[in-house]
Amino acid sequence: MLLSRVADALYWMSRYLERAEHTARLISVRLDLGLDRRPNSDEWDFADLYAALKTPYPADAPQHPAALVDRWMFDALNRDSILACLIGARENARQVREEISADMWEQVNALFLRLKGMDRSAGRHHVPRLVIEGVHLFEGITDATMAHGEGWQYLQVGRFLERAAATAALLDLYFRDVLLPSNHVEWVGLLRSCSALEAYCRCYTADLRPERIAEFLLLNPEFPRSVRFAADRVDSALRAIAQFTGRRFAGRAERLAGRLHASLDYSQVDEILEEDPHAYLEGIRRSCSQIHTAAYQTYIMYPIETALPA
Amino acid sequence: MPPAAPSAWSASPFGALFSAYELTGPYDEMFEQSGRPRAHCRALFDDLQAASQNELTVRQTEADRAFLTQGITFTVYGDDQGTERIFPFDLVPRIITAGEWRSLERGLTQRLTAINLFLKDVYHDGRIFSEGIVPRELVYSCRHFRREMRGVQVHRDIYVSVAGTDLVRLEDGRFVVLEDNLRVPSGVSYMLANREVTKHILPGLFDRYRVSPIAHYGRALLATLRALAPPHAADPTFVVLTPGVGNSAYFEHAFLAREMGVALVEGRDLLVHDNFVYMRTTGGLRRVDVIYRRVDDDFLDPLAFRADSHLGVAGLLNAYRAGNVSLANAIGTGLADDKALYAYIPAIIRFYLGEEPILDNVDTYLLANPSDRRYVLEHLDALVVKAVGESGGYGMLIGPHSTARERDEFRAKIAADPRNFIAQPTLSLSQAPCFVDQRIEPRHVDLRPYVLFGESVTIVPGGLTRVALKKGSLVVNSSQGGGSKDTWVLED
Repeated sequence: MLLSRVADALYWMSRYLERAEHTARLISVRLDLGLDRRPNSDEWDFADLYAALKTPYPADAPQHPAALVDRWMFDALNRDSILACLIGARENARQVREEISADMWEQVNALFLRLKGMDRSAGRHHVPRLVIEGVHLFEGITDATMAHGEGWQYLQVGRFLERAAATAALLDLYFRDVLLPSNHVEWVGLLRSCSALEAYCRCYTADLRPERIAEFLLLNPEFPRSVRFAADRVDSALRAIAQFTGRRFAGRAERLAGRLHASLDYSQVDEILEEDPHAYLEGIRRSCSQIHTAAYQTYIMYPIETALPA
Repeated sequence: MPPAAPSAWSASPFGALFSAYELTGPYDEMFEQSGRPRAHCRALFDDLQAASQNELTVRQTEADRAFLTQGITFTVYGDDQGTERIFPFDLVPRIITAGEWRSLERGLTQRLTAINLFLKDVYHDGRIFSEGIVPRELVYSCRHFRREMRGVQVHRDIYVSVAGTDLVRLEDGRFVVLEDNLRVPSGVSYMLANREVTKHILPGLFDRYRVSPIAHYGRALLATLRALAPPHAADPTFVVLTPGVGNSAYFEHAFLAREMGVALVEGRDLLVHDNFVYMRTTGGLRRVDVIYRRVDDDFLDPLAFRADSHLGVAGLLNAYRAGNVSLANAIGTGLADDKALYAYIPAIIRFYLGEEPILDNVDTYLLANPSDRRYVLEHLDALVVKAVGESGGYGMLIGPHSTARERDEFRAKIAADPRNFIAQPTLSLSQAPCFVDQRIEPRHVDLRPYVLFGESVTIVPGGLTRVALKKGSLVVNSSQGGGSKDTWVLED
């Protein structure tokens, strides 16, 4: 038995944390590899990073790493910033403190307090690292201390739906143009943005080929940040929720999630790349948002008239 | 002046930590008048004396951090997000002996038993009025009297199931009742959190005392709520109703829901259909049988009480009157903690139980009563005058600190509406050692034990000791510089 409001808060807490981690990793990788540095100049151009984060590139975009970190780490007014994500996660966690374990709450709270109270002038490379580690720790604590019941399944839906959509968006940036980047460093950047460099090398050797990278990040069934893996998790979490809530027939949310999962199971990377990778990846993002809406209509925002006892 | 140290038991001097400790006037929780530590405080005293200033500071910092990361905070209203404060915590525990506790326990049980009988009587037969013990108009004019409750059958006649009675200790060491909090008393989560933190920062000391455990409060509360479940509910569903995350006691609501393993709901999660209450879950609507509500009467049901309330549930009163849902506490219990009614509690105990009160009241003069009024007006400079409907230190005249003009103003107010005022002698609250400004100083304290009234009465051995952290201050409210400390009830 789970309150609809609680399910909602669990879902968003998890999504916000996943988003914070993803953003932190993107920033960390691009600064690390100097991917956005302009050739022959001290200037930086963060247009690609903004595109990867699916955010419009503003007129007053930051020109230097320090300004970028300020805007994307610490600026609570930028609603996509990491601090804003952590505030969102924490506010949702506060709503469901009785539902999550005390250790989970303490971790989310401690991470927020650390970022908020951080000395912003002291280096910047360790900040994304701290967020990534903090979120990993939270996930570990969650798996170890919270019953894997219905509430936990909403955490899975939130995390993996966010991940599927974010990975698809990132791939879209690299594969939408006919002219794929030829720069080796760019491909390393993509893999590292998904924590996938080592896993990829173990699978395909260090020979970086775009179609193999696409295959790995889209269709690999075992790598936890691939779109297929995420879709699998969303699918099984939604089926578990249907069972917990005693629904006998596959509802819209489960059907949509099952379809996305199945389509990734049977896709061929050469066909995707030959046809229209952009349309394909956009389709994945659209599916994610349809699954979100369907789950909301079934479990959270359902009309009361349909639920009253006869 | 540091307490003089008899050579028989201790080395002199006491050490820098106690250099500002004064033993003048009020009862001291740790020291006898002579300066010798009370027998049960000896180990604590030795521990403090052996500790360096630095060590205590480290422990204090550790404690503060524990409160902050656990989010044991209260919200500061009207401020930006992220402005939660911790309720200041003092690390020196306050110790109560087994004997003292037994008499408190008996006294509180007696008092609450009588109060529940009184509430039943007031909302049904009114015997106490016809017998002339309590004036009818006094009860009917209480702000928290609820006409809607007349004739309503309250399951098992338990009106107050959770009370937080404020006690103070006078110069002679006697505990007396200052206030009965019978509506939605708060603070119990601080009692529990203080204990957890103290165990963590003073482990050695903890081993040397046999402190009664309090961690079972959540289970005891659940058992109390179970006793209230309506008979139709074979496997009752319990919830804690909170005004929401913006409420200053939200932490406590969530804490108690988790301790009991029940859902924490807001008004918007509930609805009433055919006089039954349901909550909105992911699996559809589910019937709710017992509500531990932390929302005031006024806001419970916009159809019955304040129409502008978004915190409650439309139709809840009717579901309650139909007996389909139980509330803890019942609606309308607040009349019994009205400050004017307070003066009648000893008479109420005698009337219903035929016993003498075990716990005394503070002497209280009712200004509606002509002979009391005459006395009070003659002694305004020595008394504290309080408006009965106010709390938190508002509408008060503190005689010894007042000017002639203030006293004249109060004379006029009293003449205009005597029912609205009571007067009490200026109390000298007991003091306890606290770690303030890098040393140990005495501060005034009170004690709020939590009484649970279900199938039987349960009082978890302990309570919230609130501390007036400002030097000399008698105000222990958190909004006015108050803090708290762990309260140890010793086992025999």
